[in-house]
Parts: sequence; structure tokens; C-alpha cells
Amino acid sequence: MNRYARIEITATDPVAQSTLALRQAAHDAGLTQVEQIDHRTLFFLTHPNLTDQQVERICHLLLVDSVVEQFVWRWLDPSANLMTESADSATQIVEVEYHLGVTDRGAYEVKQAAQRLGLPAIQVATGHQYMVRGTLNEADLHRLAKQVLCNEVVEHYTLSQINPVFIEDMSSDGLVEQIQLVGLADEQLVRLSKERRLALNLAEMQVLQAFSEKVGRPLTDAELEMAAQTWSEHCFHKTFRAKITYRELAPQTGEVVHEELVDGLLNTTIRAATEECSKDWILSAFVDNAGIIEFDGENVLSFKAETHNHPSALEPFGGSNTGVGGVIRDIIGVSARPIAVTDVLCFGPQDLPADKVPAGSLHPRRVQAGVIAGVGDYGNKMGIPNINGAILYHPGYTANPLVYCGCVGIAPRDGHVTDPHVGDRLLVLGGRTGRDGLRGATFSSLDLDSETSEASFASTAVQIGDPIVEKDVTEVIMLARDAKLYNAITDCGAGGLSSAIGEMAEKLGAIVELTKVGLKYSGLRPWEVWLSEAQERMVLAVSPDKVEAVAELCALYNVDWDDVGHMTGEGQMVVQYDGQPVVDLPMALLHDGHPRLELLAEWQRADTPPTPTIEALDRLDHIDQNKVLLTILADPNVASKEAIIRTYDHEVHGGTVIKPMTGVENHGPSDAAVLNPVIWQTKVGQRGAGKIGYKGFALSNGINPLYGLEDPYCMAVSAVDEAVRNVVAVGADPDQLALLDNFCWGNPNLPDRLGGLVRAGKGCYDAARAFDLPFVSGKDSLNNEYVADNGERTPIPSTLLISAIAIVPDVRQTVTMDVKEAGNLIYLVGETRNELGGSILAQYYDIPHTSVPNLPKQALETARSLHGAIRQGLVQACHDLSEGGLAVAAAEMALAGGLGVCVDLHRIQTIAGSKIFSMFSESNGRWLVEVSPDNAIKFEQAMNGAIVAQCGEVTAKPVLKIESINLSIAELNRAWRGESA
Amino acid sequence: MKPAVLILHASGTNRDHEAAWACELAGGLPEIVHINQLRGALHSHRLADYQMLVVAGGFSYGDALGAGRRLALDLTLDVQDDLARFVEQKKPILGICNGFQALVKAGLLPNLVDLTGEENRIATLTHNQHGHFECRWVTLLPNPNSPCVFTRELTEPIYCPVAHGEGRFVRSEGLLEEQITLSYKGADYPTNPNGSSDNIAAVCNTNGTIMGLMPHPEDHIVSWQHPRWTRGESGRKGLPMFEAGIRYAAEVG
Repeated sequence: MNRYARIEITATDPVAQSTLALRQAAHDAGLTQVEQIDHRTLFFLTHPNLTDQQVERICHLLLVDSVVEQFVWRWLDPSANLMTESADSATQIVEVEYHLGVTDRGAYEVKQAAQRLGLPAIQVATGHQYMVRGTLNEADLHRLAKQVLCNEVVEHYTLSQINPVFIEDMSSDGLVEQIQLVGLADEQLVRLSKERRLALNLAEMQVLQAFSEKVGRPLTDAELEMAAQTWSEHCFHKTFRAKITYRELAPQTGEVVHEELVDGLLNTTIRAATEECSKDWILSAFVDNAGIIEFDGENVLSFKAETHNHPSALEPFGGSNTGVGGVIRDIIGVSARPIAVTDVLCFGPQDLPADKVPAGSLHPRRVQAGVIAGVGDYGNKMGIPNINGAILYHPGYTANPLVYCGCVGIAPRDGHVTDPHVGDRLLVLGGRTGRDGLRGATFSSLDLDSETSEASFASTAVQIGDPIVEKDVTEVIMLARDAKLYNAITDCGAGGLSSAIGEMAEKLGAIVELTKVGLKYSGLRPWEVWLSEAQERMVLAVSPDKVEAVAELCALYNVDWDDVGHMTGEGQMVVQYDGQPVVDLPMALLHDGHPRLELLAEWQRADTPPTPTIEALDRLDHIDQNKVLLTILADPNVASKEAIIRTYDHEVHGGTVIKPMTGVENHGPSDAAVLNPVIWQTKVGQRGAGKIGYKGFALSNGINPLYGLEDPYCMAVSAVDEAVRNVVAVGADPDQLALLDNFCWGNPNLPDRLGGLVRAGKGCYDAARAFDLPFVSGKDSLNNEYVADNGERTPIPSTLLISAIAIVPDVRQTVTMDVKEAGNLIYLVGETRNELGGSILAQYYDIPHTSVPNLPKQALETARSLHGAIRQGLVQACHDLSEGGLAVAAAEMALAGGLGVCVDLHRIQTIAGSKIFSMFSESNGRWLVEVSPDNAIKFEQAMNGAIVAQCGEVTAKPVLKIESINLSIAELNRAWRGESA
Repeated sequence: MKPAVLILHASGTNRDHEAAWACELAGGLPEIVHINQLRGALHSHRLADYQMLVVAGGFSYGDALGAGRRLALDLTLDVQDDLARFVEQKKPILGICNGFQALVKAGLLPNLVDLTGEENRIATLTHNQHGHFECRWVTLLPNPNSPCVFTRELTEPIYCPVAHGEGRFVRSEGLLEEQITLSYKGADYPTNPNGSSDNIAAVCNTNGTIMGLMPHPEDHIVSWQHPRWTRGESGRKGLPMFEAGIRYAAEVG
């Protein structure tokens, strides 16, 4: 190996906050003796002919900003001993760099730019040096490196100068392993599946064994892997297709009181709701990569949400980053331009003591910081506004954080085609293929344990994204779509090319030559090329006479592409490596040959709670109500998320009509975001001032795992109701509303977990039918369990996210949640019931004899009436009641509007028992509405028989008054924004 | 005749469409042009055919070498002569956010820097004081003493969002006060969202024809973009700057 140049860049004006954040992270990890951590950026350059002058030129022109940085560099010999001691004995160093093959845009850009400067084709590596001050021994330093400075899933470190890893070409042996299945006994099949981490069960292995016997040859490694990916829980949703025997058990005895056969949970609940829904604007549900609905006659909207939980647990930045990138590709995969992203995140408690972090897991603070940076990085860089989301905290998410990513797209009505022809060329566009992301789909179908992050397959299952590549690919696809250059399109997600081409060729069959696939570096085995989940790749089926036109678009946008094969019409998936067979499977085996699972589900009914005693009620009546409200406002699940939301770009493209935050100080929590996609409905030059469209759409979500801990059925109906009432609150039409379901659950092979899943499915069905709404897309992530070394299992709280997209007929007729004017009236819409089960109040106080929020009465009628009132301009502000009920909603409206709100409980129908029940009950189907006195009668008429109570007013004095609550807006803000007094 | 405006697109540019929209509403004739269409084998457009240039916002090439740096290299290597003539003819150039960063790194703002010779940079844009990307609305005060063609006629503050991670303007010796065209309304975070020295949000070259700014006036050109439009606050506070630029472009072009 040649000598290389080592360049160290130091900021002369370092960002104080970043330095402080590093020190804080060290202290969080228990290393309180760390006094200071300074940072230097490292670059390594090598080429046999590279000269001193060229290195200096690269530094000046590309690497160093002379106003705020300085640098030193020197030649080093790879064989020489590297410096281990720093000049200053009080300072110790840690150096970190990426593993070989991890996406490193910086290194790539230096290489490209050097070529542009006419310099030799240099090899480039990057790294970081941390200079640590404080009394740390070697063990402490290792801990600091592992827990704060380096993530060993994608990086490695040294406590001395690090040796750069340059990508070197390796030769591939082209080896295709032959695996003999015939003659193996059942237990040998199971062992084989386990050893190769196929996550296939015995029945599935037996199908492959029978196939092998039938064709009279062993199967190849690529064939086994392809079957494992195709049939993985992640790709095939085995549990939702399974035959389930569902039993309900009596509270204490466990006696079976009800039994039924659920013939496919998806078909009998989610899909059934969609099929029974009367709406004619549903254009595609559960068929494509995303659900598609009508928008304005000329354009359609697509919506999809995904999870990326396991990768985010191990490498929070890369996991969430590629989660966003993946769901955006789902949208590009239905030929739509991505125009909004959403993220819903669940983390462990941020103040968890360092010694309570389960073995092999990262601290929840580190998980949160990385996940948020990863989400922001992808959306911000692609220029897609992030306009809706939620963040939840619960100890059950410590080892298994949840990262839900959603994306909305817009496309012309007939833009999306799925009609591959025999003879179509298969073009792979975008990112190069590497060893990254191998077996991601099966990886996500396994439980996490203390060794997962150390297992060799973890580092290849997790990747870091490159949003700029995806942005360029998007531009090419949009132009190719408009020019009708392709007959079919799909993205490369889980399972990589095997899954993308496998799905696209499901009916026709295809032949693929793997040596044509462009690689990041050579040396991959054939099965690795076929299965790699390398990011930012799309596959197009293009008729041979249009390949040239696609190539021209790719050249314009700097997008790499390869022609890797064609559609054959023979119904066989044939994959070759340099002409040698790698895969030769009938499409029917992969898509229809899967043996259906049969599973047992059990749900133990809750005990009837005892009637509350007078003493208990009395105790609740004597709680300091001010303290209760301030405590709830400061609860991490309720408190302001402004600091996080502001790291996402929610303004790009100028279409965000209702922003994530609203009110006098731009900080009140909006119920839903409203987007006007006018910029994508017209072309440049046709967008004269008079031609602006006013149609828009709203996005919201509903999620409450605390209800799920009580009853997953109630969690499901509440999530649907919350998503619906959020979009209705801003002015969207409840009759033009589509839902997405995303289930995150524990291990479905355990009957209690599956019992809850069946309950939740039934809740989804009942709620969707109550509103006459369809689900248009959904996804499940199961096996979110942590298995400790002693075998003890910790599942996540079963968590259902419902996302809603709804049409806003005219964006000028939308409302925000901040109260607008003193003297206006406050109405409570909906019925308040004794529903404090799973409530935020119940997390702090023992609430006797209560229920979990269930379906409201007249849900759809009330939502329709409210929508009518909003469209008539009768509503000044509207906010839904969710966590913390009436009291929290009123507080948020007041603090967002900078005005007071006074509510008289006597004017609403209250719940028997304690006063605070009515204030903090979380009954569904409720909104607080601000109406000007002039419009009071019209509003009451518009509400058309729904339960409505005029219960208060907006006051100039900025104070919230309900019962004995008497708090200034300043006090509310302090609690809610986490500011110290 | 409406002045033709070239909206420059490179890998990672993402605020080109609203920049085009703003120029359109301001009376211009915008066209989004990929930098590959101005150079090399795919050369199909000439900068000389336009009266105004907008280097739009985004994350060109991922900003992997520091914001705008790689795009700056393209500008200096591939369109240097066309750009020099454009500047010489005093045609207006506007760099927004990433475009501002690129113009600074390319040595066009705030002063001309010869990148091949001795470095004489007097300013740069670097990481925000808070160390991360931030999106929030800011108020920008125009400098009445600046000759800048985009801001010299502004009578009201601009209200628009910022959305960047590397927007802290750092000046050293040599920047003239009249080169400061827009300033954040106050020195404290978040009024000054990134810690820029002297609250500088935008600067121009000495004759006022090239301006760069970090915030996004192109995202406040219709009334419902104002974050408090539901409270009756009026909007379009970003448009006058584009109108001024287009008017000037029509005169000079």
C-alpha cells in the first residue's frame, strides 16, 4: 500500500454547543470526570503520484475554510508505527472512522472533486479525532468511545492515530454455494434455517425441500436467501395472513369464554373495512407500495408509512435515515413526487440512569438524538417538508425504540403504470450495490438480544443513506414518468433486487445477469449482489427502444444506471452470474407456495374494577388541581416538542398552510398540518398569480400505547378517532379521509401478544366502519422484543399508529388551535364519559373504576357537522381533546393564543365521582371550539343535534381558569416548554 | 418583455421551484436549468440569454465538503467566464441559502476572491451556533444605506423562514457596512437564529448587483404562507425583494 496524506482540520471558532453536547453525553454515560472533548476532522488521501502541492491544493479548495478553520497535514507510511501519545499529556485521543463500505458522502465528494480539478484518481477516507481532557483510564476511554463517540455497528475506533481504510478492489470468487436439503430430517432443516439466519419455520423449509426434490438438485445459497426474504414477516406479513384461533379468557379463572377462527387478520379486519367502505375516491388500496386517493381530478395523492425499528435500535442515525429514505422510495415507486414526510417516534425515558440500560442497547438519549438527526437529515436534504409527527416515551421502548416514517406523494392521474411487457429491459437506477443491508428483512423478523449489536450480520443489516442520490433519482423518474418511458417501476427495499425484480416479474418471469449490476466495490458474491439492500435504488421495466431516452435523463441528473436483464414471459426467475446459474425458481413457488401459518391467540378479559370508595373520591377531590395540570403539561409525552420540530424543515416548497406549530409565538401544537401542493400541480411558467389552486390536504396521526396496555381494542378505536378528529379540527373533510395502519407488536408466536393484535384489528375495523372510512395501506413490524441473557422477554407496549390523510376543500377555510380574541365563546363538542383508563392522569394518580376510551356516539355525524361549521367560517379556533383531556386542551389553546380561557364545568355534562374526572377524562370524539358571539346561534345550528355545550370564554387576562385551576399563561408555558421558573 | 431568470439547479438543489414561483409572481420569466445544461456534453443553455440568475437553496452535493463548496467548484471551473461576463454587465445575481453559501465559497461574495492565488477571503458561512439545522421564521431589517438592487427600495422588514444548519455569517476585516443588506432583528437567539456576527443575514458585492442571503423570502410570497395568517396577519413579505430584483433586471438587461 502507498503512503497516504493525513490531514487534520481544526475549527478556529468551534461551535460551543457541539462541544458542550459531547461533554454532556459523556456525563450521561456516567463518565463525569470528562472535562472537555474537542474535535478535529480527518481526511486521508492516497495515490502513487500524489504530490505535496496537490494535497495542499485539495485542502485549500475543498477541505478547509480559511476563515474559520486551520489544518496540518503530513505523509504517513501504512507500515510505520502510528503516534499513540498526544503532545499534551492531559489530553487523550480517540479516533473514529467508518467501516469499509459504509456510505461516506464526504469521501465520495473529495474523490469526484479531485477528478474535476484534473488530479489523479485518489482514494479518500475520512475520520474524526476527539481530544479528551479529564482523568480517564484506558477502560474509561473505551467506554467513552463505545458509548458516546463511536457506534461500532458502522464505525470503529482506536485510542491512537487510526489507520485509514481505503476501498480496494477485491476479486470475487463468484462462488455459488449448493445446499443439499433432500434427506435432511425436520430438526436438521430447523437447524439449517437458524444457522443461516433465514428465519424460516419448519413448514417453509419443507416446501423448499420438496421443491428441491422435485427439480432433482440442491438449492443455491441465493435461492434459499431469496425464499427467506420473500417469505419473511417483513415482506410477506405471515401473521396477518395466518389462520388464527382466537380465544377470550375469563378474568381470573382463565376459562375460555369465547372462541372464533380469524381467517386472516388483514382480510377480516383492515381490508374488510376498506371493501365495505362506500367511498369512490379510493384509487388503490393494499395493491401498490402506497395507498392512492383522488385529489383534484387531475392529480392523485399517495400515502405510505413504514417502520425502521430494529436498525434504529442499533444505529439510530442510519436506521431512521434509511427509514425515511425507504418510505420516500415507496412513494417514488408509485410514480409520485414525494411532497411531505411524517415521523412518529417512541423512545425510552430520556432520564434513564446509565446502569439501567439493558445489555447491548444504547441509552435512550443517544437513540433519540441519533434518530432525530437521521430523520431530519434525509427529509431536509431531499427538500421534503416534515409536517406531522409525534414523540412518545415509555420504559418499554428502551431496548426497542419505534421509528415510524411516512411519506405523501402527488402524481398526475394516469402517471403510474404497472404493466411490464415481455422483452422489457430491467434498469437499476441510483445507488451502487454493496454489501450493506444484507438480510435486513429477516433481521427485522428476529428478536433483539444483548448480542445483536455485536453479531456480524448487524453491521451489514444497517446502513446510512444518501438523500442526494435519491433526490436526483426522483427528478429522473418524474421526467421519465411524464415522457412515458417505463412500463413498470418498483423500489429496492427489503430483499433488494431479489424482492424488487421478483415482484415486478411476478407474472412474466425475468432473467438477470448479476455481473451487470454496478457495485460500490468488487468482491461481492452472487447472492450478496442479488440480496443487498443498498439504498437509493429503483428498478424500471423499459421497452428496449426507450432505454436511450432514460439514459439521457440519467446523464443530465448525474444518476448511475445499469441494464441488468429483461422480462421473459416464461414465469421463471432466472439469475446468472457471468452466465452461470445462481437462481432458477418458478415465480409461483415464491408468491403462491408459502404454507399458511396457523396460530393461537388469547386475550384475557380485564377484571371488573371495584366501585370506588367515598374516601378514594374524596382524596381525588382534594388534590391540588393546579399541580395536576402543571405536572401533566410537563410530562414528556405532553410537553412541547418545539426543539425537535425545528430541526426539521417544514417550510420547503412553500405549501405548508397550517404548520406543525401555530399561534402568537409560532409554538402552539397544531392538531394536523395542512399542505397546499400548488407548486406541484402546475409547471413553471403556468403559475400566474390568478391560477393558484386552493385545494389542499391535511395529515395527522393517532397513537396511544397507554390504552393498549389496558385494552388493544380501545387503543385501536381511539387511534382512529384521534387521527380523524385531528384532521377535522383544522378543516379537512371527514368524508374524504383515508387511513393507514402501522402495527408494532411483540412476538406473534406468543398467544397473549397475538390475542392483543386480534383485539386491535377488530378495533380498527369497528372504528373505520363507524366513520365509513377506508384503510389504503398498512404495515406491521412484529418481534419488537428484547430477550435478556437470562431468557427474560420484554416486549414493547403494543403500539398502533393510525395516520390520516384528508382532503381540505379550500385551504383558506382552515383553522388553527390558538384562541384568537377575548370575548369569544368556548364550546365543548362531544360527550365526556368516565374514561380515564390508560389516561395521562392515571399515570400519576390511582383512578378507581374507570374505562379505557371507546368509540364515541354519533362519531361521523358530529365530525361532519363540525366540518360544515368550519367551512361556513363560524369557527375561530378548534383543538381536539386527547392526552389530558379538557384541561390540557384548554391550556394549550390559551398558551398558543396568548389569551386567557375560562371554562365553567357546570355547563357541561359531568361525570359522576370526582370533578377532576371531567377535566382529565380522555373520551374520544371531542373538540374545544372558539366561536365569536355573533356566530353562536349559527354555530349551534350548524352542529345539528350533536352534543355541544357552550362552556366558557376567551379572556383578555392571560389566565386559565377551570374549577380550582387558576394559572397564568406564563406558568403554563413554563411547565409545557420545560423552562425553569 | 419579462426578464428571463435562470434558476440554477445542481444535484441536491431543492428550493428551485419556489424560487421560480417567486420570480414569476414578481413579474419575471423563470426557467429552472440544470448546471449540466450550462457545461460539457449536455450544454444546451447559455447564461448570457438571461437577465437574472438565482442560485437556489438546497443541499448541493449533500454539502458533504461544507455547505455550497462543491457547487462553488462547479461555478468556478465550468461557468466561470459566462459568470464573469454576467457580473461585469451588472446583471443581478441572487444566492439564497445554499446558493449564498456557494457564491461565498466560489469567491463572488462579499468580495471577489481569486481561488487560484492567495486567499483573501473576508467572510464565510459556517455551522450555526446551536450546532444543528433549524427552521423558524425571522424578521429581516433592510439596510437603507446599501446600494443592493434587491433591497435598496425596501421600506418594510421581510418576514420569512430560515432553514439551514450552516448559516452563521462570520466576517473578518474588510466588509463594508453598506454591503450588509439585511440583518436579523435582534442579537439574541432565536431572533438571530444562527449566531451570525452583527446579525448579518444577507450581504452584497460592493456595487450591489450580487446578493446572498440565508433566509427564504421565496417561501413567503402568498398570504397563507404567513404562520399567523389565521390570526389575520398579512402576508407576502418576501415578494418585494424579488420584485425589486426583477425590475432592476428589466432595466439592465
